[in-house]
Amino acid sequence: MAISASAARRELDVQRYPLLVVVLVPLLAIFVQALIPRFIPRFDILDLPLLVTIYFAVGWRNPIAGTVTGAVIGLIQDALTSRPLGINGISQCVVGFLAASLGVKIDVENPGTRLLINFVFTLLNIGIYLFIMHHMLAQNLGTNWLHEVIKAVINSIVGVFFFDILDRVRPRD
Amino acid sequence: MSRYKNILFLVTVLVVQIIGLAAQIRRPNPTAADAPAVRLIRYWAIGLMSPPEKVIHGGGTGLRGLWSNYLDLRHVRQQNQELREQVGRLQLEQATLLEDARQGQRLQQLLAFKEHYIYSTVPTQVIGTAGTDQSRILYVDKGAKDGLKPDMAVITPDGIVGKLKDVYAHTSQVLVISDQTSGAGVLLESTRLRGVLRGNALGQPQIINMLPDDRVKPGERVITSGGDQIYPRGLPVGVVDRVVADTQNPPYLDIIIKPAANLGHLEELLVITQASDRMPEKEQQDLVQSAAEGAAVSQRRASDILAERLPGLNDPNAVVDPKQDQKQSDAAAAAAAAAIPPKLHPPPTLHADHYSPDATPPANALTPGHAIADPKYARQKDAQPQVANTTDAKPAAAKTSARSPEQTGDAAGEGASAKPPAHHPATSPAGASPAVPGQEASPGTAHPPAAKPKAPKAPATDQPAGADSTPEPSAKPPAPAGDGGPPR
Repeated sequence: MAISASAARRELDVQRYPLLVVVLVPLLAIFVQALIPRFIPRFDILDLPLLVTIYFAVGWRNPIAGTVTGAVIGLIQDALTSRPLGINGISQCVVGFLAASLGVKIDVENPGTRLLINFVFTLLNIGIYLFIMHHMLAQNLGTNWLHEVIKAVINSIVGVFFFDILDRVRPRD
Repeated sequence: MSRYKNILFLVTVLVVQIIGLAAQIRRPNPTAADAPAVRLIRYWAIGLMSPPEKVIHGGGTGLRGLWSNYLDLRHVRQQNQELREQVGRLQLEQATLLEDARQGQRLQQLLAFKEHYIYSTVPTQVIGTAGTDQSRILYVDKGAKDGLKPDMAVITPDGIVGKLKDVYAHTSQVLVISDQTSGAGVLLESTRLRGVLRGNALGQPQIINMLPDDRVKPGERVITSGGDQIYPRGLPVGVVDRVVADTQNPPYLDIIIKPAANLGHLEELLVITQASDRMPEKEQQDLVQSAAEGAAVSQRRASDILAERLPGLNDPNAVVDPKQDQKQSDAAAAAAAAAIPPKLHPPPTLHADHYSPDATPPANALTPGHAIADPKYARQKDAQPQVANTTDAKPAAAKTSARSPEQTGDAAGEGASAKPPAHHPATSPAGASPAVPGQEASPGTAHPPAAKPKAPKAPATDQPAGADSTPEPSAKPPAPAGDGGPPR
């Protein structure tokens, strides 16, 4: 019964976006993320591509789509760094999967919920990233957890407004 | 099966990526270039991002250029004048440092040390970043087509920035020194401690694994050591900001560095494309030019001094425009006031003798075998024995002995060897007085050549003074006690 209710909810609330939006918004987020820190160095504490992954995953409510979205966006991010490909890809595909799975069960239109899921998923993304760096790649990098928590807080606050902006590109029924 | 398809899909994607990670990491050298497939993916991603970044950068540069080149030209002339003055001053400073530099090079050659001069650089513009605080990467608008290669040093005039990591056809990746995977050999300038510089989690460059040393203080300059074979030696890195304990590796310390280059706002960078153990030709030309200008300035100063002291050397028949002459003289006076040391005026003679200026009649007024006819000079001549026989003779000798041989031209140093006094221009009547105002001019310190034939005429005037050294070849050197020191 619960499964059928969840399936019905998924069918009802699933969001559909034009292909152009699906392609352009992640690219634009990655582009802005790469460009703005040149002028505002502290802007790199934001992670717009991660917010885009979360947004599309909870909107689609499809774990497979969320996984693919997270993996692709993460791989493009990795390609722009000097680190091995796949670190952000792995962490963001997990985040995309979990966000899509969560979107089936809870109301993700509420700003409070958005604030919370952005905070949790940002911390989760950082945790997976550092786990891969430390334990899979054996790169002994320093970690400042206070900085990471601040980063999660800022991302969650910015994410609420960012999601509102993205809601405007969603076609209305 | 369909219940688990989502989980299976996730696991599949994860496994594929983990295998991909393992394939990238299993290389023996972690800093080696990427595998072709990985490089291809990076190339696509950068090819996707770089064109719009270049367009935006070009548009911004064009707008700024329009403003700065055509609209905002208010202070250009003044800036140009200031820069010219600065260039001239720096050339003079360079000339003064030239000899030290040459000496340093000779010593380095003796030690078989290879100095690496920056031979050529390529200017680049920053067009983008990696976009994450976990990787301090910059993208610049020059690539392999412009002669860039991986591991080339990237600098600004203020200090080092990083090195090239991956180089593509028209773009390159710069690994900034604040990245956690970067590394540079550095040297603390005053304490000469060496270390490895890399970034920390907050994006600050730090020297890691330093042993505790009380000499390291905030504000000390940090320069490149040249040991990493990437950054030439001696480039500024920054200054010590603070020293913190390394919590992971006690008792080592980390020295946090405040970078010399503003790593947060980088726009124009220089990539060192060639370093050599020979000085670049352009730099050599600059040095030669600076040396020539420095010599010309020195010579001009010497000639100005000479012309001022000996005005008769100037051509009296030369036709000079009065206005131009006035301007030139004003400029020369201003320059001379700043550059020429003040003229030395001897203090007045306390006890005049026949060596004193204007104390003896000119040679053409004298007749051999006859007394001096001029009563002015005759009076002074009569007064000499009185001066010489006073009880001040010994203190005068003591005062003389307190001076250095260079100042006094004393008997122990020069009179004993009976050198003719003409070789010592400082002992001429004009220069016999000490350079330091207030210092007494002793009669025994000067031996003008014209006085030598007169010495037999008045032997009693010199001998009682004791400290005087008559420039006779057979003159007995004065007692060392009167000189107050060993003869030189």
